[in-house]
Amino acid sequence: MSTPDLPVRLTAERLSLGYAGHTVVEEVSTELPAGKITAIIGPNGCGKSTLLRGLARLLSPHSGQVLLDGRDLATIATRELAVTVGLLPQQPTAPDGITVADLIGRGRHPHQRWFRQWSSADDEAVTRALSATGLSHLADAPVDELSGGQRQRVWIALAIAQDPDVMLLDEPTTYLDLAHQLDVLGLLTDINAQLRRTIVLVLHDLNMAARYAHHLIAMRDGELIAQGPPHDIVTADIVREVFGVEATIITDPVTGSPLVLPHSRTIH
Amino acid sequence: MASGGGRIAVRMSRAGSLIAVISWLAAVFVAAISLTLGEFPIAVGDVPAILAGGGTLIERDIVVGDRLPRVLTGLGVGAAFALSGAILQRIATNPLVSPDVIGINSGAALGALIVLTVMGGSGTTLVLGALIGALVTAAAILLIAYKRGLHGFRLVLVGIGVASVLTSAISYLLTRADTHEAMTAAVWLTGSLANRSTLHVAVIGVTLLVAVPAVAVLARHLQLLELGDDLARTLGTRQVHRVALVLVAVTLAAMATAAAGPIGFVALVAPQIARRLLAERHTGLAPSAAIGALLVVGADLAARILFAPMAMPVGILTAIVGAPVLLWLLARANRIGAAG
Repeated sequence: MSTPDLPVRLTAERLSLGYAGHTVVEEVSTELPAGKITAIIGPNGCGKSTLLRGLARLLSPHSGQVLLDGRDLATIATRELAVTVGLLPQQPTAPDGITVADLIGRGRHPHQRWFRQWSSADDEAVTRALSATGLSHLADAPVDELSGGQRQRVWIALAIAQDPDVMLLDEPTTYLDLAHQLDVLGLLTDINAQLRRTIVLVLHDLNMAARYAHHLIAMRDGELIAQGPPHDIVTADIVREVFGVEATIITDPVTGSPLVLPHSRTIH
Repeated sequence: MASGGGRIAVRMSRAGSLIAVISWLAAVFVAAISLTLGEFPIAVGDVPAILAGGGTLIERDIVVGDRLPRVLTGLGVGAAFALSGAILQRIATNPLVSPDVIGINSGAALGALIVLTVMGGSGTTLVLGALIGALVTAAAILLIAYKRGLHGFRLVLVGIGVASVLTSAISYLLTRADTHEAMTAAVWLTGSLANRSTLHVAVIGVTLLVAVPAVAVLARHLQLLELGDDLARTLGTRQVHRVALVLVAVTLAAMATAAAGPIGFVALVAPQIARRLLAERHTGLAPSAAIGALLVVGADLAARILFAPMAMPVGILTAIVGAPVLLWLLARANRIGAAG
């Protein structure tokens, strides 16, 4: 796995995104800290996933641009982008009957050519991704027979095998129980720390975001409301502004990160 | 045990190659048997000599002039239909998206039939009619089904709708044709290998010569497209790869239809058989093609033996075998909700 000395910088400049006619994300400007974990938070439908898709060039900007080390994302070759920025969609589907190692191996595609389809480097990458995600013993198992938590590990392993500098993940913990949420977020922390990868993820759970991310981006109605380290973002004022919820913020006695205790009644 | 991806890769592709080789050998064996059978039986042992230019004039005429184009067309269209089905099913991640189910074959048949009955053409114009019919049908299905991306199940529903419209159009054309034309057309529409000539062999042969290398280059993108749109694109597949694969698949089905009529169920069933025989790493395209070829020559041989001396079109037999598979796939799709 190549370890870049200076991880690439992904920036959005007055980025507006949307689908046929209507705009979902409006004029978002942000720099995703290189080599850190960033979590995008906000209520349902606020444009979190759309922003992520724009950062991965799955959507072209209505206006503004995404820059990769200062270069407009639109000008970067498909293959170069595929080894630089990876995106794990919210609910990916595995083909019927495919095995764990086989699925992970497909992440190697951008490193292959049609005349050189499988190399020893691909072998090593898959073996490494299997062991990093603790799936080595399940390499030959069919993906359909795994539990939800294991399956999510397989998809993350595919992203590890792809080996991009920036990993974007759309709600990687949704539909997982508490233990598996912690498991997946712990795994991403390891990848970030050991492989020096920039990780950007959409998270629903504000407390998980505050605990695992170095940097938070809070959105509402397609606009960026606040960004910064968890201590600056997870405040009663911002929680009220972003989620419309009154909350008391205390210090997490385990990690020291801010912890949101929502009050039961919502405002407006 | 923990094992590297490479060992797994090698083992899987060996299984795929093995299935492909065995199926091709079986298909060639069945084809050879087929060469010996008929009103004028020929000993199996004599076939190689006759093919090499030996034997009597009559023997050569019957084997090389009459029966050989039949089995070669059968092998070719079987492989072409199966490849087409395997590609479309995997792009759409839905086993029901095959050219016979979603109306591509019917589109090709309607195109050919218009040439045949309305314009009075045949030969190359008929081939062109089939190709245009299939491409127009594919474009119509994609346009109607498109809604913020394409989804397998929408494609199936739209395709089945389009197919029934095309079937009505075909029936209408048949009612307007004269009796003789209508009879010929009806046999052709079932899918038949009777009276094939070198023209038919050339149509499907040239198609495969162009399509197979194209598929070989594009196959690795197929592996990504079946992971879904977003993941395929982040892993480096571009729109042009998808369009190229669909074009190749539609052309294969169109040319196979032009060569032997819209033989049903081969495109649907062959990839499913291959899929079940293979734990898959590779797309299983080679085994699918081989199984498709075997299915068509096998069904043709069975039709000739079982219903002799009557001439039973091969399409009827593939339907008898294929219809239960279609029902099973539909029931399964219904059970898991998304036809995945």
